[in-house]
Amino acid sequence: MLEIENIIFPANLGEALATVRGIPGSVVLGGCGYLRLGSRKIRTAIDLARLGLDKIVETADTVEIGAMVTLRDVETDALTVGLAGGVLAKSVENIVGVQLRKCVTLGGSVAGRYPFSDPITALMAVDAELLFHGRGVISLQDYLEGKWGRDILVKIIVPKRQWIAAFTSVRKSVTDYAVLNCAVSKSGQDYRVVVGSRPSRALRVTTAENFLRENGLTKKSAVRAGELAAESLQFGDNPRGSGEYRKKICPVLVKRALLEVLDAA
Amino acid sequence: MQLETTINGNKIVLDFAGGEFLAETLRRYGYLSVKEGCDTGSCGLCTVWLDGAPVLSCTTLTARMEDHEITTIEALNVEAEEFAQFLVAEGAEQCGFCAPGFTMTVLAMRRELKHPTVESINHYLAGNLCRCSGYKGQMRAIVKYMGVE
Repeated sequence: MLEIENIIFPANLGEALATVRGIPGSVVLGGCGYLRLGSRKIRTAIDLARLGLDKIVETADTVEIGAMVTLRDVETDALTVGLAGGVLAKSVENIVGVQLRKCVTLGGSVAGRYPFSDPITALMAVDAELLFHGRGVISLQDYLEGKWGRDILVKIIVPKRQWIAAFTSVRKSVTDYAVLNCAVSKSGQDYRVVVGSRPSRALRVTTAENFLRENGLTKKSAVRAGELAAESLQFGDNPRGSGEYRKKICPVLVKRALLEVLDAA
Repeated sequence: MQLETTINGNKIVLDFAGGEFLAETLRRYGYLSVKEGCDTGSCGLCTVWLDGAPVLSCTTLTARMEDHEITTIEALNVEAEEFAQFLVAEGAEQCGFCAPGFTMTVLAMRRELKHPTVESINHYLAGNLCRCSGYKGQMRAIVKYMGVE
């Protein structure tokens, strides 16, 4: 059961940041999809729902997705559907159902650094950056790897390079969490290979990326890149699958995603 | 805590606890069509519309409902009755516990999908579980209701 003693709706980002830094133990609310699953007492919750962070905006060089944009909007908005072959939209389309996706937010998934997250894997494949109100812009990868102080995530920024990208995953049922997920992208001779839900957090596989850069993308190199990914990464056990199983399916997912990119190139 | 919102076209002041979710509040205020099934955001039984879009009321904080419009099936009797006739014709209902949430999603889908296909219907309804019908009869009914050729 969730108990919240006090909910604050900040009038602006400055107030939100001052609150999250000024009240120890305060919790920033995203879509509440995971928060509601546990039993927790929160003395102060900070709700960003009235700060206008629910917009997807295009600039000359980027697509910027507000932290409170729902996964359903990521799935259906023309800007995200048209971004990098729709890899981000595809990564969220099987997360439970339409109704849950209309509740939960991209910012909540990203800020929570959930290791099973599908959109984090896709965002890493397109070099996404995060704008925090306090510390400014940092890369998603740095955010996932680092320890950061309390802050307010404002938006997720995706650079508009000529990405050709694909997302693949294995699930026990269509709407379940992924046993393993994978996103790959190609921009000129630059590649990204990302594997997530291992079950620990998503990682780029630089050995596979360098191999593709040196050898180009072919049906044969796609197979080898998948093998390199499986050799390079650590996989663990959780109730959805064993590390051994994940290691077996990793090369298949990477290969499938790369072949999809090859077809689209 | 207290806030003013609109439920089924009527302005109402809600009293609620800080961590309360909308499904619980709505049932407490007598909207008993809203069922609490899994209570984990997975089954779709608690589906209501928030500003016209289907959401899980078990995952929607009541504290966020200030100045929003909430719609339950109690306000959609005519549309729901029309859809129910398709279900009846296909023998697609059994216990009926999932029916209100399921119907709310189907009615939202009919408004949203401009060119429905069996595939897009399946995708849209993936978040609604039914443990007794087996889905086949429901799908026959929905395909006819949505006018899919």
